[in-house]
Amino acid sequence: MSAPSPTQATEPKPTGTGNSSPRGQSGSGNPITGAVSYLAGQLRQIGLFIALIVIVLFFQITTNGITLAPINVSNLVVQNSYILILAIGMVMVIIAGHIDLSVGSVVAFTGAMAGVMITQWGLPWPVAAVLCLVIGALVGAWQGFWIAYFGIPAFIVTLAGMLAFRGAAQIALQNQQISPFPQGFRNIGSGFLPAFGTTGYEPLTLILGVIASVALIGTGLRGRAIRRKYQLEDEPFLWFITKMVFTVALVMYIGFLLASYSGTPIVLVVLAVLVVVYSMVMKNSVFGRHVYAIGGNLHAAELSGVKTKRVTFLLFVNMGVISALAGLVFTGQLNLASPSAGNGFELDAIAAVFIGGAAVTGGIGTVTGAIVGGLIIGILNNGMSILGVGTEYQSLIKGLVLLAAVAFDVFNKRRAASSTK
Amino acid sequence: MANTILEMRDITKTFPGVKALQDVTLEVERGQVHAICGENGAGKSTLMKVLSGVYPAGSFDGQILLDGQPVEFKNINDSEAAGVVIIHQELALSPFLSIAENIFLGNEQSKGGFIDWNKTNLDAAGLLARVGLRDNPITKVTDIGVGKQQLVEIAKALSKKVKLLILDEPTAALNDDDSAHLLDLIKSLQGQGITSIIISHKLNEIKEIADKVTIIRDGKTIETLDMHAGEVSEDRIIKGMVGRDLESRYPAHESSIGEELLRIEDWTVHHPLDASREIIHQANLAVAAGEIVGIAGLMGAGRTELAMSVFGKSYGTGISGTVYKRGEKIDTSTVTKAIAAGIAYATEDRKKYGLNLIDDIQRNVSGSALRKLAKLGFVNGSEESTVAERYRKSMNIKAPTVAAVTGKLSGGNQQKVVLSKWMYADPDVLILDEPTRGIDVGAKYEIYTIINQLADQGKGVIVISSELPELLGICDRIYTLSEGRITADVPIADATPEFLLKYMTLERESPVNERA
Repeated sequence: MSAPSPTQATEPKPTGTGNSSPRGQSGSGNPITGAVSYLAGQLRQIGLFIALIVIVLFFQITTNGITLAPINVSNLVVQNSYILILAIGMVMVIIAGHIDLSVGSVVAFTGAMAGVMITQWGLPWPVAAVLCLVIGALVGAWQGFWIAYFGIPAFIVTLAGMLAFRGAAQIALQNQQISPFPQGFRNIGSGFLPAFGTTGYEPLTLILGVIASVALIGTGLRGRAIRRKYQLEDEPFLWFITKMVFTVALVMYIGFLLASYSGTPIVLVVLAVLVVVYSMVMKNSVFGRHVYAIGGNLHAAELSGVKTKRVTFLLFVNMGVISALAGLVFTGQLNLASPSAGNGFELDAIAAVFIGGAAVTGGIGTVTGAIVGGLIIGILNNGMSILGVGTEYQSLIKGLVLLAAVAFDVFNKRRAASSTK
Repeated sequence: MANTILEMRDITKTFPGVKALQDVTLEVERGQVHAICGENGAGKSTLMKVLSGVYPAGSFDGQILLDGQPVEFKNINDSEAAGVVIIHQELALSPFLSIAENIFLGNEQSKGGFIDWNKTNLDAAGLLARVGLRDNPITKVTDIGVGKQQLVEIAKALSKKVKLLILDEPTAALNDDDSAHLLDLIKSLQGQGITSIIISHKLNEIKEIADKVTIIRDGKTIETLDMHAGEVSEDRIIKGMVGRDLESRYPAHESSIGEELLRIEDWTVHHPLDASREIIHQANLAVAAGEIVGIAGLMGAGRTELAMSVFGKSYGTGISGTVYKRGEKIDTSTVTKAIAAGIAYATEDRKKYGLNLIDDIQRNVSGSALRKLAKLGFVNGSEESTVAERYRKSMNIKAPTVAAVTGKLSGGNQQKVVLSKWMYADPDVLILDEPTRGIDVGAKYEIYTIINQLADQGKGVIVISSELPELLGICDRIYTLSEGRITADVPIADATPEFLLKYMTLERESPVNERA
C-alpha cells in the first residue's frame, strides 16, 4: 500500500469481511430506494471530499500550480503526518465520548526521551524508538486508569497530563534542545523508501501505487461478492464503479507525483498502515464496535455486557502509543528534541476529528473522516503559506473552517430530524 | 358556545412525506377534564404541539379558537400568555435549581433586574400549597422524587395563570400513590376552573377522571365519547383506538412448566450511596423452564433494584445471596458473567439503558452477543445484517431496513429491538422490566405473544410490571414485593388485584412469606 491520497485513505476496504453499512453519520447501509437516496444518506462523507477537492483546486489555481507540484505534495504528506497520526487515536477517544488534551505534551515528552536515550545513554535508535512507544503506553495507562477506573472526566485528567508531561519533557531535556539524531532515526520522519533508477519516475513508488489500486479493487469486489452471498442489498453498482475509478485515478496520480520527486516517504507507509488497520478495527472489530456502543449510550453498553472500563482504559493506552509514535516522527523530522515540541498539536488533532464529522457527544465519527479533516487543515496551512498569508490570518481562517464544518453537521442533523418527525 | 374554551377546527399538519394530522377537530368544554386517546404515533402529541405553538401558526392548516376567538400562536410564549400551558412527558426541570427557581424559571420575580428572593420563595410556597406539596421551596429539584417533580411542573403552570392545562402522559413515570394524588389534584384544579387536557395510555385513569374522551387514530379524529353518558368501558375506548375489537388484551396461553431453572436465595442489597440502607432484604425467588413469573410491587419497592443487582451487580453495594441455575451455583457478579450464565435483563428505560439510539437496528440487535458474530475479534457485518433482518421480520419491527436508526422508531418497535437483542444472546432466563411501558395497545399484544413464545421455548421469564392487569393477564405465578421484601408468592389461579395490592403494601413490621 503506498501513496494514499485523500480518497484512498477513505476506502480501506476491510479484507475478508464485507460490511454492508458504512459507519458513522451516513448510516444507511442497505439502500433499497436506489442511488439517489443512497447518495443523500452519504451526504456528509461525500461533502467532506468535495470540500477537500475544492480547497485543493482553489490553491492549485491561486498558487499557479505549486500546490500539486511533486515536491509540494511530498512535503504536504511529510509535514502533516504527525497530526494525521494523532487524529487517528483522537477520533477513537472522541467516539467513545472522551477527549485527550495531553497529546502535544506527550509528543514532546517521548521526543525528549528519544533524545536522551540516543544521545546521552547511547542506546541504538531502534531500541530507543521501541522504548518510547512503551513509555507512550505507560503514559496512556496512567491517564486511562484515572479516567476509566477512578472516574475522573478525561478533560480533567488529560488537562493535568498536558501540564505534567510538558514539565516532564522540560525536566528530561533540562530545558535544552537535543540534536542531531542518527540518520536511521531521522528517516522515520523524513526519509524515503530506497529509490531504484536514477532518472524520471521512481519505479518502486509506481509499483506500490499499482499494488494499492489492485488491493482496493480486489477488496471492493470481494465485499460485494460476500454481500451477494448473504443476499444483502449493496450500494448501487454504478456508484461503486464511479468510486473505484475515481479512487484508483487519484492513487495513481499521487503515485506519479511522488515518483517524479523522491519517491515514497517512509512516514506515508506508516500512515497508510495505521489508516487501514485502525479503520478495520473501528469498523469491524468487536473492540471498535464496543467503542461506538460506549459513545452512543454508555449505560446501554454496560448493560449489554460491554466491559466499558476496560475498553476506555485500552483506548487511552492506544492514544499514548500513537502519541509516542507521532513524537518519534516529529523528532525525526526536525532532527531535534525540544521541550516546546508539539505545542498545540492536541488542538489540531481535535479540530481534524471534528471537521471529519465526529460528534462532540460521542458515538459518531470515522478514522477516514478524521484523516480527511486533518488533510483539509494541512492543505489550508500549506496553501496559505505558499500564498504568503500571515500566520494570524491562517489561524483566523482555520477557526472559521472548523466552525463551518460543525455548523454544516448540525444543520444536516436538524434537517434530517425535521424530515422524519 | 360560551361554554367552549377551546375549539380546534380541521387541523392538518404535514411533515415531508407524512400527513401527521388530517382535518382533526377537537372541542373542549370549560372546566372539564378532556382526555385524548390514541395509539403511539396516532398524532396526539403533534396535535398538542400545534395547540401550544411548538409548531407555529402557519406551519399547519386549520383554525384554533380560544374562548371563541381565533388565535395564532407563534411560539410557546404566545400560548402561555394566553393561558395554555403544556407539561411534557419528559419533565423540563433544572435538577440543580431549587423548586422556587424552577417555578419561576423564565418568569423571574425581579426588581430592577435583580431576583426578589423573598417574593420568589413566598409565591412558590403559595403555589406549592395549591398543588398539595409541603416541601420547602428552596429544596433542590434533584432531591425530590419524580412524583413531586410532576407537581412542581403543575405549580409552574399555575404561576403562569393557566386556563387550559395540557398534560402529556402525566402518570407514565409515577407509582400508583403518586398517580392517585396527581389525579386528585387535576380534579381539584377543575374545581378552581382550570380546564385540563390529558393524554394518557392508562385507560383506568381516563375512566376515573375524564369527562370526555376524544379518540385519535392515524391522524384523524375518530370520535368523542361522553364519559357521563352511560357506561363507557375500557374495551369500548380500545376498540376506537385500534379500529377493531381486541378480543382479549392478552393472548391465550397454556404454559408447560418444567424443571426449576433459576433460584435466587437470601438476596440482600444495600443502597449504592448509603450502605446502611437495605433496599432488598433476604429475597427468595425462583423461575422454572417455560414459566412466566411476575413481580408486582409499588414503585420504590425495589423491583428494578432486585433485577439489576442480580444482573451483574448493576445496582447497589453490599450484595449478598446466592444464585442457582438448574441447582448449581452461578456467578453473576458482572454483566458479562451474568450473560454468560444465561441471564438477560431488558431494562424498564429502553432509551436510557437499553438502546444506542444513534445507531441502527442491526448493531443494537447484535449488541450483547457481538462475539457470536466475530471471528478473531472481527465482526462479520453481512452475517449481522442477516441476523437482524431475521428478527425484523419475525418480531414485526416496523422499519424499512435493519439500517434504520433506533432513535427514530416508535416505543413499541424500540422495545422489540431490545427484546431481539436479548433473544439473540439466547439466555435461559429473561428478566423483563416493564416490557410494555409507554407502548400502545396493539404493540403490547405483540409483546405478550413474544413473551409466551419465549416461555414455550423452555425459557424462564420474569416480568416486572406496575400494571396489575398485565401481570394477571400473562403470568403463571406472581411474587409481590414490598419495601424490598418478597411478601407473597401466589399462583395465578389464586391471584386477584385485591390480594396483590394487600401484599404489595404490606408494612415492614409483619414480614410474611406465605404461599397462598
